[in-house]
Amino acid sequence: MSAKTLYDKLWDSHLVQQRDDGSALIYIDLQLLHEVTSPQAFEGLRLAGRKPWRVSSSLATPDHNVPTTKKERISGVDGIEDPVSKIQVTTLDDNCNEFGITEFNMKDIRQGIVHVVGPEQGATLPGMTVVCGDSHTSTHGAFGALAHGIGTSEVEHVLATQCLVQKKSRNMLVRVDGELSPWVSAKDVVLAIIGAIGTAGGTGYAIEFGGTGIQSLSMEGRMTVCNMAIEAGARVGLIAVDETTIEYVKDRPYAPKGEHWDMAVEAWKDLVSDKDAQFDEVVVIKAEDIKPQVTWGTSPEMVIAIDEPIPRAEDQKDPVKKEGYARAWKYMGLEGKTMLSDVVLDRVFIGSCTNSRIEDLRIAAQVVKGRKVAPTLKQAIVVPGSGLVKAQAEKEGLHEIFEAAGLEWREPGCSMCLAMNADKLGAGEHCASTSNRNFEGRQGFGGRTHLVSPAMAAAAAIAGHFVDVNEFVKH
Amino acid sequence: MRPFTKHTGLAAPLDLANVDTDMIIPKQFLKSIKRTGFGKNLFDELRYEDEGQPDQDCSGRPLRKDFVLNQDRYQGASVLLARQNFGCGSSREHAPWALDDYGFRAIIAPSFADIFYNNCFKNGLLPIVLQAEEVDQLFAEVALREGAEVIVDLDNQTVTSPSGATFEFNVDNFRKHCLLNGLDDIGLTLQQDAAIRRYEEKRMNEAPWLFLSRGQ
Repeated sequence: MSAKTLYDKLWDSHLVQQRDDGSALIYIDLQLLHEVTSPQAFEGLRLAGRKPWRVSSSLATPDHNVPTTKKERISGVDGIEDPVSKIQVTTLDDNCNEFGITEFNMKDIRQGIVHVVGPEQGATLPGMTVVCGDSHTSTHGAFGALAHGIGTSEVEHVLATQCLVQKKSRNMLVRVDGELSPWVSAKDVVLAIIGAIGTAGGTGYAIEFGGTGIQSLSMEGRMTVCNMAIEAGARVGLIAVDETTIEYVKDRPYAPKGEHWDMAVEAWKDLVSDKDAQFDEVVVIKAEDIKPQVTWGTSPEMVIAIDEPIPRAEDQKDPVKKEGYARAWKYMGLEGKTMLSDVVLDRVFIGSCTNSRIEDLRIAAQVVKGRKVAPTLKQAIVVPGSGLVKAQAEKEGLHEIFEAAGLEWREPGCSMCLAMNADKLGAGEHCASTSNRNFEGRQGFGGRTHLVSPAMAAAAAIAGHFVDVNEFVKH
Repeated sequence: MRPFTKHTGLAAPLDLANVDTDMIIPKQFLKSIKRTGFGKNLFDELRYEDEGQPDQDCSGRPLRKDFVLNQDRYQGASVLLARQNFGCGSSREHAPWALDDYGFRAIIAPSFADIFYNNCFKNGLLPIVLQAEEVDQLFAEVALREGAEVIVDLDNQTVTSPSGATFEFNVDNFRKHCLLNGLDDIGLTLQQDAAIRRYEEKRMNEAPWLFLSRGQ
């Protein structure tokens, strides 16, 4: 038998039917649902008189437009001031009730960002296929699971048939060799990868992240890396299963127990690419070369190390790039600036499905501890990824550290990552954000987003501008 | 789904690379629980001077005059010419819904983001990948003459430019079949229910932990 990549193995074990034209029916083990991309899918089921194929394969929670202030959250759905958001959240509750789907609603401590909740509950398991109507579903690939972001028609398709029509992607290996420097995090690794291959570099590929620089990461760090695979154009990001994976999954509420656990662990040991497996593309990055990253423009590939000058449009040879850079410079208001440390920040956002887990909050708290947010800042908010992350952080006293430093401690949700709730940037405001997209208008109309790690965001909150966190913590 | 066979229509050139889904339809409009009505907010931030709100009447909003869809000569356009990596970003199907609701039937670009490309087919919207030089030629021809139309023929997999040049494109057989006949994907898959059940039985033996029911 020929050697297989991890992606090949996951594909083969979920193949229901291969079609002549290269497309295939793939079986889906877990579908995560949230309020934004599911209402039209449920409506479609109702109109066609269809029922979900297997309700136990779905798990739902509202996240995109739930408010994150205590005042609005205290009374659950009724507390949502925006009537349009409220209808969407209520619709999810109603649909889950009608079809018998498990939902962690706004009053449930397990509610949170779907991509934080799935792994936290052990609903996401190695070897699974996972889908969700959200492109950041690639997050779950950190578990050696085949995880795709899908559109609403496909959400409906999976609900009705438990399958997805897919064409197999090509295999790419991104290997990070060596050891990461202190204060260089998973976020810096993935931003550096996107900087190297571009936002379309992974289009048509499933990317497996490997090498010592990836293996040394915790599960939370691995989720951060896979989360942003889509920002490199790949629908799927993957990391091989090892002891770290199994240790993380063990004893989670939905993880298999007893005899099932032993069987599962045995099967999961095979979730690695075979030694001789062939990849269509291999990219190698040296861990030692990665420094804390900051995006300067309006695409995640417009990223530099904190000590590099902002690249100028006139220095670009490719005409498309030149035009894109010129547009980004203008939108980001960079005229007259040389380094990103010259940008005066207005807001700081620590949260999102990329960076709102407990380790992210711990490291941010470590940086701000005993310090004060810069007086020039209008706002700095910390939004935990789930009710359970929030509870854990409070148990460790992290919220007190944040509040003492002048950062707001919020309720769980997607929040300012895409500003569907009330948390947003004003026009022209610069934000240091631990989220995943710096597109025009993403965090608010005219808002200017700079993507960074939690440590870099925390240091920027104190300094009022970007600084190298490595230098910052020495003072 | 509405079938797509052959379409002749006015082409509008959107000369911008990496157009992302937030540009196609900004997040505030994703709060709708319907599939329709997104057309007036298509490219909202590129199209209007002010910040749009859901359910707002857009007829009196200030327009960005230089934006392609606001120019008189491109009113009624149904084919969008675009640049590389069109539709990058989120999986929101609201992006193809907005393009469809506005009146576009086909989008021609040198490359598309995967999820967006896939979502188009589910909505009777045809995304066409042509060579960069071919797209360049279409941009040039469309700029040259007001009212220039492009012919998209799915059956023959060709695009005909205003001057009569013909370019071939690729499309998966299955997707083509569904689009030509306006077939509902779900109905087709459900015809394979025996195969799905067979897979489930086999898998339940191999990996029973994947089929445990989950309490509230």
